[in-house]
Amino acid sequence: MRHENSICFSNIHQPESWKIESYMASGGYLQWKKILQGQPGDKARQTIIETVKSSGLRGRGGAGFPTGLKWSFMPKTDEQKYLVCNSDESEPGTCHDREILKLNPHALIEGMAIAGFAMDATVGYNYVRGEFIKDCYPIIELALQDAYASQLLGKNILGSGVNFDLYNFLGAGAYICGEETALLESLEGKQGKPRFKPPFPANFGVYGMPTTVNNTQTLASVPKIIEQGSEWHKGMGTDKSPGTNIFSVTGHVNKPGNYELPLGVPFADLLERAGGMMDGKKLKAVIPGGLSTKVLPGDVIADCTMDYESLASAGSAFGTGAVVVIAEGTCMVELLKRTSRFYYVENCGQCTPCREGTGWLYRLLQKITQGKGKESDLALLVDVANRIEGNTICAFGDAAAWPVQSFIEHYFSEFEYMINNHGKSIAA
Amino acid sequence: MSTEITETVGLTEKIKEKIDMWVVKFPVGKHRSAIIGSLHAAQEHNQGYLTPELMDAVADYLDLPRIYVYEVATFYSMFQTEPVGRNEIAICTNISCMLSGSDVIVQHIEDRLNIKLGESTKDGNIFLKKEEECLAACTRAPMMMVNHQYIENLNIKKVNEILDKLEQ
Repeated sequence: MRHENSICFSNIHQPESWKIESYMASGGYLQWKKILQGQPGDKARQTIIETVKSSGLRGRGGAGFPTGLKWSFMPKTDEQKYLVCNSDESEPGTCHDREILKLNPHALIEGMAIAGFAMDATVGYNYVRGEFIKDCYPIIELALQDAYASQLLGKNILGSGVNFDLYNFLGAGAYICGEETALLESLEGKQGKPRFKPPFPANFGVYGMPTTVNNTQTLASVPKIIEQGSEWHKGMGTDKSPGTNIFSVTGHVNKPGNYELPLGVPFADLLERAGGMMDGKKLKAVIPGGLSTKVLPGDVIADCTMDYESLASAGSAFGTGAVVVIAEGTCMVELLKRTSRFYYVENCGQCTPCREGTGWLYRLLQKITQGKGKESDLALLVDVANRIEGNTICAFGDAAAWPVQSFIEHYFSEFEYMINNHGKSIAA
Repeated sequence: MSTEITETVGLTEKIKEKIDMWVVKFPVGKHRSAIIGSLHAAQEHNQGYLTPELMDAVADYLDLPRIYVYEVATFYSMFQTEPVGRNEIAICTNISCMLSGSDVIVQHIEDRLNIKLGESTKDGNIFLKKEEECLAACTRAPMMMVNHQYIENLNIKKVNEILDKLEQ
């Protein structure tokens, strides 16, 4: 497909793509060296931020916030500033950052070095999900050592006067730490409980200092954008959603996989790229951007293109680009029960509506699947979800509410049937 | 469970070495950031779980209030604060794995080991972690982690081979 594997996956088919030699053979670290060997001052910083701004790159962690704009929020003061990479990948259905850490760790390191320089952040932390401890953490650790050994990180790098120290951090299992302020708390060695915003991390981040948090895929995209320029980047994808994205396509498809494709790719093409529906089954529903985004019925997503605007106007969101494909014959009540359990066990316990409400949601759905549901439970489920949405410190509460609202909206009759038939599913 | 394990008090040199490696990553005075890494090190050297004595030893070594360490140990799902089996199996049952048949995998392992999720075998060999959330291996579902190694594209045959090895 056109523009496939243009950015983060551009070099992953090279032998041992995770090694520094392989990355360098594909032109890796040239952009970083060029910056260091030019005149690495304020003008160079401004040029990089402008390039990223005009490239239209948007944060790939879920929110889609313009990256260059985020960088420009960092104060131009002399105090210690930090760059933090969110490699705490844990949105259910999403597994492309792990792929980057495993196959292209140096793109991330180079991207962090460039971003750190652009914002005058001389220290970076890569917050890696705890469960990756024996999986891809050793790979990114080795990559970091190799980058230091090649004198591409540290103090006065290549005699340029530029400092950038980068460290890998390891979490310990908590979905909420993917929320950027919870991540900063965790990085400080505390429980991962989100902070009130404002102040935003650009003013009050890790250790109370100016901090920018970007996602793995976002930062790993930076070297290629600097190399090829913003016009090149804008030449892929759509006007408002430029570039490519790695779609994690999972569920009932023949070839589940991570596919880097331009944004705006029609859903039908993405499904075809993933080998089509498993066993030739009919498409029932799709969760288009990770578990926290609203479910879309098959006939609705069929007309969508995979970008921020199209999915928002269809009533869902682009999220993390994790596309969960659900075939006819799947019980949506059971699926929602499992989903609600996730938010019940993963909530941080800080805000009452979320802490109490997610338990209500899960217990009501358990009751329904056990055949003890009442017709009034459906209104109660939506009522509880509505009382969580918008009433919590972070977006986790919304994420817990959206699946409940959308599953019941689109598949009301399945819930009703189960309640009226003592827990029997209409789908099975 | 053998009682001698729980009597581990104090930190070995190896654990201290690992804690020191974490401490230097953070600015002076910000070594609270090293708690998570320190607990990983302590737990690994205590066959997969933390004891109050170990947590206290970590706090004392870092010269931090003990409550800081308890807070972290009880918040994050990777830390076990009760004795568990030596080998940890964590089966993902979240959406993509569920759609790919993780329920069958869970059922098979529970039946074969004769324990439920969240329990350990009587000989202290295997700990079946309570229902695990998404582990970011969705394109190769269903999957599980065995002692933090990812094992993907699971089927019953593959599961049996792994259990055979663990039970040797």
